[in-house]
Amino acid sequence: MREGLIRALRGLPVVEFDLSKAEDGDLLEISRTMGLALSLGEMRAIKGHFSRPLTDVELQTFGQTWSEHCIHKTFKGIIEVEGGRVNGLLKEYIMKATRELNKPWCYSVFEDNAGLIEFDRGYLVAAKVETHNHPSAVEPFGGAATGVGGVIRDILGVWGEPIANTDVLCFGPLDLPYESLPPGMKHPKYIYKGVVAGIGSYGNNMGIPTVSGAIFFDSGYVGNPVVYCGCVGILPKELYIKNTKEGDYAVLAGGRTGRDGIHGVTFASADLLEDTDTLRPAVQIPNPLIEERLRRAIISIRDRRLASGITDLGGGGISCATGEMAHRSGLGIEVNLDVVHLKEPDLAPWEIWVSESQERMLLSVPGSNLSDVLEIFENEDLEACVLGRFDESGKLRVRYRDFTVCDLDLEFLYHPPRVTRRSCKVEYLPVPCNVPEPKDITEELLRLLSDPNIRSREEVVRTYDHEVRGCTAIKPLQGDLAGPNDAAVIKPLKDSWMGVVISCGINPFYPDPYWMAAASIEEAIRNNASVGGRRVALLDNFVWGNPEREDRMGSLVRAAEACYEFSKAFDAPFISGKDSLYNESPLGPVRPTLLITGIGILPDIRKAVTVHLKKEGDPLYVLGITKDELAGSAYLRSKGINGGECPKVDAKTSKEIIRALTKAIDSGLVAACHDVSEGGIGVAAAEMAMASGLGLSLDLRDVPSEVKRSDLVLFSESTSRFLVEVKKDRLREFEEVFQGVIHGRAGVVGGRTFKIVGLDGKTWEASISELRRAWRGG
Amino acid sequence: MDLERAKACIARVGGTNCDLELKVALEDLGLRTEILHMKEIVKKGLAEYQLLVFPGGFSYGDYVRAGAIWGKEVHSKIKSELQTFIEENKLVLGICNGFQVMIEAGILPDGEIAEVPKAALANNASSKYECRWVYVRVERGGTPFTEGLTNGEILRIPVGHGEGRFLPESEEVLRELIKDGCVLFRYALPSGDAADGEYPYNPNGSVYDIAGICNKRGNIMGMMPHPERAFFGWQLPEGSDSLYGDGKKIFQGIIKYLEDY
Repeated sequence: MREGLIRALRGLPVVEFDLSKAEDGDLLEISRTMGLALSLGEMRAIKGHFSRPLTDVELQTFGQTWSEHCIHKTFKGIIEVEGGRVNGLLKEYIMKATRELNKPWCYSVFEDNAGLIEFDRGYLVAAKVETHNHPSAVEPFGGAATGVGGVIRDILGVWGEPIANTDVLCFGPLDLPYESLPPGMKHPKYIYKGVVAGIGSYGNNMGIPTVSGAIFFDSGYVGNPVVYCGCVGILPKELYIKNTKEGDYAVLAGGRTGRDGIHGVTFASADLLEDTDTLRPAVQIPNPLIEERLRRAIISIRDRRLASGITDLGGGGISCATGEMAHRSGLGIEVNLDVVHLKEPDLAPWEIWVSESQERMLLSVPGSNLSDVLEIFENEDLEACVLGRFDESGKLRVRYRDFTVCDLDLEFLYHPPRVTRRSCKVEYLPVPCNVPEPKDITEELLRLLSDPNIRSREEVVRTYDHEVRGCTAIKPLQGDLAGPNDAAVIKPLKDSWMGVVISCGINPFYPDPYWMAAASIEEAIRNNASVGGRRVALLDNFVWGNPEREDRMGSLVRAAEACYEFSKAFDAPFISGKDSLYNESPLGPVRPTLLITGIGILPDIRKAVTVHLKKEGDPLYVLGITKDELAGSAYLRSKGINGGECPKVDAKTSKEIIRALTKAIDSGLVAACHDVSEGGIGVAAAEMAMASGLGLSLDLRDVPSEVKRSDLVLFSESTSRFLVEVKKDRLREFEEVFQGVIHGRAGVVGGRTFKIVGLDGKTWEASISELRRAWRGG
Repeated sequence: MDLERAKACIARVGGTNCDLELKVALEDLGLRTEILHMKEIVKKGLAEYQLLVFPGGFSYGDYVRAGAIWGKEVHSKIKSELQTFIEENKLVLGICNGFQVMIEAGILPDGEIAEVPKAALANNASSKYECRWVYVRVERGGTPFTEGLTNGEILRIPVGHGEGRFLPESEEVLRELIKDGCVLFRYALPSGDAADGEYPYNPNGSVYDIAGICNKRGNIMGMMPHPERAFFGWQLPEGSDSLYGDGKKIFQGIIKYLEDY
């Protein structure tokens, strides 16, 4: 670095940069060597704003606050599209749908750490889903565990009591040959085992049931495994207190602050200061035992109304938590770094400031309650310190050994220059696909059931405690035979029968980004409806590649457009979301993956419907129409065939079907229900049979369909379809409810085998144990 | 005694996490219940309580061996207090991690608070954490915890643990347990026969399919399955039209005992 730009402060482990003398090249060099990841435009904006030198603490503050992770610059930025520009994906699409739907039951959306919706008896439900992809790729166990820990703190950060966790995971193929891995990249099997263990360990230790999720395997995830962690919580509305005032104290509590999880700690600050200390790069270290105690303390502080505000410490550590809390409250804050409990004594002030050590929370506390709050932490054997005090300065000031090492205007800090991204049009143009008609349909079905993406997840799900707290009404695995229920239902309140219904929708294999997003939204709602859920709120989690590449950006725009249109069409607002971009590796970008989480309600959990067949002789219905939509389907993928039509969503039809189904469930007409998704009707029917041990027969000639071949009827992945077992003695009522809505009475429960009658009248048969062997693995 | 005068203490330390649902179950049956941190127990003693419960969870993170740290703490801090509690024929119940704590503290199998544990709850034979509903067979009804249950009755209750394989110190210890009628619950097949080690009916590989044991007097009991998670009918995997599930029967026995106490 050029002389004269940088100067050590006497007696302090702090350096100052004189940006006024810095040329563009210097600015970029400073950004790079400090690990700020700021662009030239951003560095110039900082330079232009200050006429004085800036400390490393201040520059790090910008690096953290203006990061993609903290401020979502791509989603808030301007996007140039063909023939115009989009004024922010969040504003123009995702939040716009919510704003226009304007649901009275949306209590707080896109504002706080988690989305909040009304529940029963004056309670709110809080929901949040995060990703933890990069850490999980480096250190699978710790990365996944801290992902769970982080999203639990998001719920605590809105005063919520965590009641359920979710996890959706995407890995490379487990049988990937080792030779095909680039040097340094970890094998999918190693990542898979570590991630599953990390998620189970954190949730189980915290005593929060892990109730819903999915697992995918695909070569598009070899370099970039995807780990989504979600958490749902509950709180009395009147205890949602966010009212930080001037004079309140900032209390930092929980784990100690150390060098774990500092962005880019390997950069050359040692060179800058000729410091010989080797900074060790480390992923954050999980300690659920601390978070369990933190949860107790926070709930007790909440119930006694001792604090005026709360937020969690995640990305950016203390710097972002204090800045955000002060800024959101229209205040300023002075922070004292000397009081922070450290894991090791010699941390530089900027390290304390940005460290992302786990299990920490920040509270604002009025002076009169300070000693009570500190006592509660002490009683739970937790360390806490009075980190600073809120004032009316509008500034973020940091003291270290009696020196002010940071003095920034919050208004400037929280109004970074908007980025502009370019995009190109991304669209899937269907090419006809040529699938040879199989000789033996049973064989095809067995192959699909044993597909890594369809197989039973029992082996994983059993290692997650899904019963702790005693509130799980509908479990992820149904009964001894472990049928996959479409959604989990939690009964959080002792004195209310209302349930929270948690589902997800995710279709990363559908080739068109727009229809992929549409199908995911519809699937989340469909899965919810399948157990009886309704009034579904949505959460979006985008995992994409580098947004500075036009094609990545192009598909992101298309997916966001679908989010707006189908959120509106389904009357289902987004309440929270998160994006994880820059998922690139030497093997290329991650397979673009959108997870939609659905949070519905069920007025009476005793009416919930499960997946397993109940009774011989009950009729089976297929709801919705089956079309020739096999692009990205499990069937085509299993044959290595590309092409075909992408499954589309007709919101009007889908809503009609769901409305009728909900009515049928409420009237007690439905004995079992399963949504039709990956693997089509064939797999859905097999799962229902395997979950019960009962046989069934299904006549494809009675399935509402536009398709002319038995295998395509059975394995098409058209959306908006359900398979329903109707109580035999309520048949007529069911038919009445479904008058004018697409449905077909296509089968019957019973017999000892799984029987399919093809379009040509030919019968195919398999024993249930044969199906189960394929599905569960030999 | 009058149930209104009786009181239960659910003990907890950092990492305990099944205390709330236990409180819900006990209070539903009309028993006043307090959740007390070990620190408070050390301070105020147990004299005012008639039932002490060590609940499930991961006490102190279970970082050494499940229940080991809390077990030693019980030993070093409240041994004589607990001894008196037991001698007064009050009830001590351990569920899951609580059972592990009682074994590690030497409270079970003997009820004497032994210096060296006579059994262990070892890693599951599957070497995995297992969350599943099991069939629990009542081996001996009529004890304080199985009042109203008959021998051979099958209860549907879930387990959730990674270390639940009951392993007695010796054949001798096992023989004694069986002879003295201290084996209260065994894992069974849906048919009602003992699981005889068959996975997953015996979910952890427990010797003699042991799911729960008590001391000779029957006032101390530890079990791996979670009756508090099978307390209400709606908690059952198949759902239920009745308000309560099988787990309630165990708590019902406790209430009856306290009423007669």
